[in-house]
Amino acid sequence: MARFVDLTLNGVSNGMIYAAVALSLVLIWRATRIVNFAQGGMLMITTFIASSVIGSSGSYWLGFAVALASGLVLGAVVERLLIRRVADGPALNAVIVALGLLVLLQALAGMIWGGTPRSFEPAFSIRGYFIGGRHVLFGPMDSFTVLAVLGVAVLLWLLFQRTSIGLQMRASAFAPAVARLQGVRVGNMLTLGWALAALCGSLAGLLVAPAVFVGPNNFDPILVFGFTAAVIGGLDSPVGGVIGGLVLGLVLSYVAGYWGSAMVNLSALFVLIAVLMVRPEGLFATRAARRI
Amino acid sequence: MTFARNLAIAVALGVAAYLLSISLSPFDNLRLASMAYYFVALAGLTVLTGLSGQISLGHGALMAVGAYTSAILISRDGWALVPALVAATVVTALVGVLVGVVSARLRGPYLAGATLAFAVGLPGLADKYPHAFGGENGLTVNPPIAPTSLGANFPLERWEAWIACGCALVTFVVLAGLARGRVGRSLRALRDDDVAAQLAGVDVGRLRVLAFVVSAGCAGLAGAAFVAVTQIAAPGAFQLALSLSLLTGIVLGGLGSLWGALWGAAALVLLPSWSDDIAHSLSLSGDVQANLPLAIYGVVLIGVIMAAPTGLQGLVRRLSHVVRGRLFKPEEESA
Repeated sequence: MARFVDLTLNGVSNGMIYAAVALSLVLIWRATRIVNFAQGGMLMITTFIASSVIGSSGSYWLGFAVALASGLVLGAVVERLLIRRVADGPALNAVIVALGLLVLLQALAGMIWGGTPRSFEPAFSIRGYFIGGRHVLFGPMDSFTVLAVLGVAVLLWLLFQRTSIGLQMRASAFAPAVARLQGVRVGNMLTLGWALAALCGSLAGLLVAPAVFVGPNNFDPILVFGFTAAVIGGLDSPVGGVIGGLVLGLVLSYVAGYWGSAMVNLSALFVLIAVLMVRPEGLFATRAARRI
Repeated sequence: MTFARNLAIAVALGVAAYLLSISLSPFDNLRLASMAYYFVALAGLTVLTGLSGQISLGHGALMAVGAYTSAILISRDGWALVPALVAATVVTALVGVLVGVVSARLRGPYLAGATLAFAVGLPGLADKYPHAFGGENGLTVNPPIAPTSLGANFPLERWEAWIACGCALVTFVVLAGLARGRVGRSLRALRDDDVAAQLAGVDVGRLRVLAFVVSAGCAGLAGAAFVAVTQIAAPGAFQLALSLSLLTGIVLGGLGSLWGALWGAAALVLLPSWSDDIAHSLSLSGDVQANLPLAIYGVVLIGVIMAAPTGLQGLVRRLSHVVRGRLFKPEEESA
C-alpha cells in the first residue's frame, strides 16, 4: 500500500511536468497547426541559461525569471524568423524545420556549454514529507512543481477566456481571415501564442532539470512524453493536455515501479493506442465531425 | 509498357552502381551500400507519406524488426542471405499490417504521436528480453561471403554494396510499378480527398493499411540490408533519431517521388560526412568542433526547406524545365 501511494504521488509530480510540455505543444497547435518538435531544444536552451545565471548570481529565482523571460523571447523569435515562412507550405515542411531547429539548438548548446550534463539545484528540498512514520515519495519540490504548473494552466485559461487578448488569439487560430477583417493583428497573436507556449516549455525544463540534469540531449524524453500526453488529451484542448499529462505520469510511474523501467516507453505506446482506439482525436476532442 | 520502362531504368541504375562500385575505395563502397539501404527505407516511406498522405515517425522501429529478423535467422538458424532478406521483408510487412490496422483511423498529428511512441517503445524490447535480442549489445552476424566465382580476393565492401544495391533495385522496380499503376492512382486520390476517393469506389481503409504494409516491407528489407552491411542489429542503431532522419530524408529529397528518395538517401549519407570534413578542416576548440557537424546539418535542413519547399527533386524538376525551355523554345523565351 505504501508503495502504491508513493508511486501515485511520484506519478502526479512527473505528470505535471509532462502536462506543462503538453500545454506548450497544445498552444502552438491551436495557434498555427504545427507540432513543435523544437520545443525540447528550446526548453533545453532556457534551462541552460537559468543554470548559468544561477551559477554566476547565486540566486535561484533570478535564474528562474530569466529562463521564463528568455523562453518568451525565444518563442517569439522562432515564430517570426522561421515558422512564419513555412506555415503556409506543406504541413510536413514545418515539422522538418522544427526538427532542423532542434538539431541546431542542441549543437549550439553543445558548443557553448559542452556535452557533459551538469547538475541543477532544485528550488526546494527534494526530501519527501514525513507522514505516517516515514518519508513519502513527495516533497516540497514536488508541491512546487504541481502548484507552478497548475498556476500557469489557470492563468492561461483566464487569459484565453476572460481577456480581450485571449479572445483575439482564439479568433486568430479559429478563423484568421475573419479575425483580420475585424481588426485583429493576426500575425502578432500567432507570435504571442508561440511566446506563451515557449514560456510553458521553459517552466517544464526548470522543474524537471534537477531530476534529469542539464545537457544538450537530456530533455528529449520529456518532449516525447509531453507530446504523447498532448495526443492522449487531444491536441486542441489545454485541459486535455493537463489530464493527459497526469494519466501518462501515473501509468508510467506504476509501470516503472511494478514492472521495470525497460517497459516504460513501451507502456506509453500502449496507453496511447488504447486511448486513440476509442477516441481517434484524443480524450478531449472537441470536433464531432471531420472536415469533408 | 510501364514495367519495361521501369526495368530499363533499373538496369541503367544497376550498371551505374556497378561502375561506381568497381571504381570506389572500400570506404566509399560502404557509403554506397548505406545509401542503397537508406534508399530502400525512404522509397517505402515516400509511398506511405507522399502517395497516401500518412505520416510515420516509426519507420526506424520497422527497420529494427527487419534487422532483428534477419540477424536471428542468419546467426541462429543458419539461413542463407537471400531467404533471410525475403523473410525479413515478409515479417516486417506483417508487423506493418498490425500498425496499419491500428493507425488507419488516425490523422495527422495523432498518427505522428502513435508512430512516435512506437519508435520510442520498441527498442525497449531488446532490453526486456536479452536472451532473444541480445540486450544493449544486440546480435551480430558473420559477414556475407562473396561467391567464389568472383575471385578469391573480391573485396567484402564491394560485395556488401552489391547486396544493398540489389535490394534497392528490386525495391525501385516494385514501387515504381505500384506508384504508376492502379494502386498508386487510388492512393493519390485518397491523399488529396478521401471522401471523393471513397465515392469513386476506393476502399479507403484497406488501401491505407496496404500502403502501411508495402512501406513496412521496404523498411524491413532496409533493416535486413543494414545487417548484411554492418553485421550487427543493436537497439542503439534504431532509436528515434533514425525514424526522424528517415522522415527528414524524404522531405529533403522531395516527397512522393522515388527520385526524391534517391536524393534523400544521398543527403542522409553524404551530409554528415561532408560536414564532418568541414569541421575537421577548421581549427576550432573541442566543443565547437564536435558539435559543428550537427549545427551544419540543422542549418542545411532549415535552409533547404526554406529555399526549396518541394525538396531537391522539385529543384531538379525546375532546373530541367529551365534547361528544356532554353533548348527547345528559344523564340518563346525572347518574346
